[in-house]
Amino acid sequence: MITRDRVVPPLLALAAFLTGWQLLVIVGSYPTFILPGPIVVGQKFVAAWTDGTMAPHVVTTLAEIGLGFVAGAVAGMLTGYVLARSRLANRVASPYLVAAQAVPILALAPLMALWFGSGLFAHAVIVALIVFFPVAISTVVAVQGVDRRLLEMARSYRVTRGQRLRMVELPAALPGILGGLRIGVTLSVVGAIVAEWTGGETGLGVLINLARGSLFDIPLLFATLLTIALIGVALYSVVVLVERHYAIPAA
Amino acid sequence: MSSESGRANREPGSATGAGPAPAIRLEGVRFAFPVDGHHTDVIGGLDLEIAPRSIVALVGPNGCGKSTLLRVIAGLLPARTGSVEVEGRPVAGPDSRVGLVFQEPRLLPWRTAFANVAFPLEVAGRDRAARERRVTDLLGLVGLRDWSRARPAELSGGMRQRVAIARALALEPAVLLLDEPFSALDALTRERFNVELLRLWERIGATIVLVTHSIAEAVFLADRVLVLSPRPAQLVADVVVNLPRPRRPGDLDAAAVTRTAAEIRAHLEGATDDAFAIATGDVPAHPQPEQAIP
Repeated sequence: MITRDRVVPPLLALAAFLTGWQLLVIVGSYPTFILPGPIVVGQKFVAAWTDGTMAPHVVTTLAEIGLGFVAGAVAGMLTGYVLARSRLANRVASPYLVAAQAVPILALAPLMALWFGSGLFAHAVIVALIVFFPVAISTVVAVQGVDRRLLEMARSYRVTRGQRLRMVELPAALPGILGGLRIGVTLSVVGAIVAEWTGGETGLGVLINLARGSLFDIPLLFATLLTIALIGVALYSVVVLVERHYAIPAA
Repeated sequence: MSSESGRANREPGSATGAGPAPAIRLEGVRFAFPVDGHHTDVIGGLDLEIAPRSIVALVGPNGCGKSTLLRVIAGLLPARTGSVEVEGRPVAGPDSRVGLVFQEPRLLPWRTAFANVAFPLEVAGRDRAARERRVTDLLGLVGLRDWSRARPAELSGGMRQRVAIARALALEPAVLLLDEPFSALDALTRERFNVELLRLWERIGATIVLVTHSIAEAVFLADRVLVLSPRPAQLVADVVVNLPRPRRPGDLDAAAVTRTAAEIRAHLEGATDDAFAIATGDVPAHPQPEQAIP
């Protein structure tokens, strides 16, 4: 619900932040190529969106996130369910899952670039990998945490495996799984940007490199960061909305 | 110590001559939980016949395997040896002829009362119209028609257990098993629920087997009270309750109630434990070291 109490405080915080930022620029008299002020960044942000600089990069990055997130989340949920329900699979795969998670996925980005090139697919693979682990682990925990008494109740009515999954396990585990998706969706933005740093034609990560390098347009760099942040917030909000939709009303 | 041969007994009140098959028949039923490779007997060789449309109460010390016995009858746990039959046909796995009400309501918290009662019907693949008719009837039967859209969190403990009973009746089971269904309710509510349960039973005509810790409850509800020994559970006594039906709390033959309760209590003496004594308000003056197991 949108109420005044929930809108006003964040807006005040934003105003304070922008004021502080502008003051810092004035007092420190930093040049624009070190720290541009919020007004300059704002103007650049609007300009980059209106003159068509930003849009193609945003489209690429969103495509990578969309593909990678869906693939990683689906694979993570399936793996998590199997690990939670099969003792054998758990024994076989758990150590490797932990080991794999200890490897910073972002360090694999150059390897992915070597194997899959620097196109949409390679970047989506990085996103999928980084989304996979938190979703898989939260799914394992959520499915293992489903109340055994409810499962016994369901068994007494002779549920099939599919019915048990659809009518008991999935709704019961959903809050936990959505928690994993919430982490995953934020990481997916990071994954896409870092993947783009390793190479690519378009994408917000590429635009950051361009702005910092050949274009040397620091306000554009900041405008890009702002765009990335907004994408992150928007995606996160979508997951939270889904969560709220499925929330069980408490007494 | 005394032990009546339970199988010969038939409850006098509701039996309509010789039915074709008992509602429930157990023959040599043993059950054991595996512990560290070997088995610990929980139910040790139980023979039992329960007539159709009767109410049987199981009493016995805590942890003696009463709940396990209900699960074996419901097909949720396999008997290690022996056979379980419902209406003359063996029970192999969970069975729609048996409805089981657990100690806790075990409702799906994200479903409304209506959808919880509809759960077994959905699982069984009944179409929407049939489900709606049946669930509406069932909610009316347990007096919750106005609460069909409420979720479990919005219902009282008693209402939740009524939803659970309605759910257990959804597939029209011949046998309704109740595992201390009202143990979480306060004494007054519990008394009212017992009266309601009898009314319900008069309308649905199912056989009821219930586990209880209260002798008074057992006498009020049941045609027969089966007293079980501590683990491994065996039949200590089969007490017939000679009270006419319909029974209402006000007009019971007090002398008969007292006599029957005393008889059950006597059988329990040897099998009693502290929790049981507290639950029944019956602390034996002379705890007997020897247990009365036949």
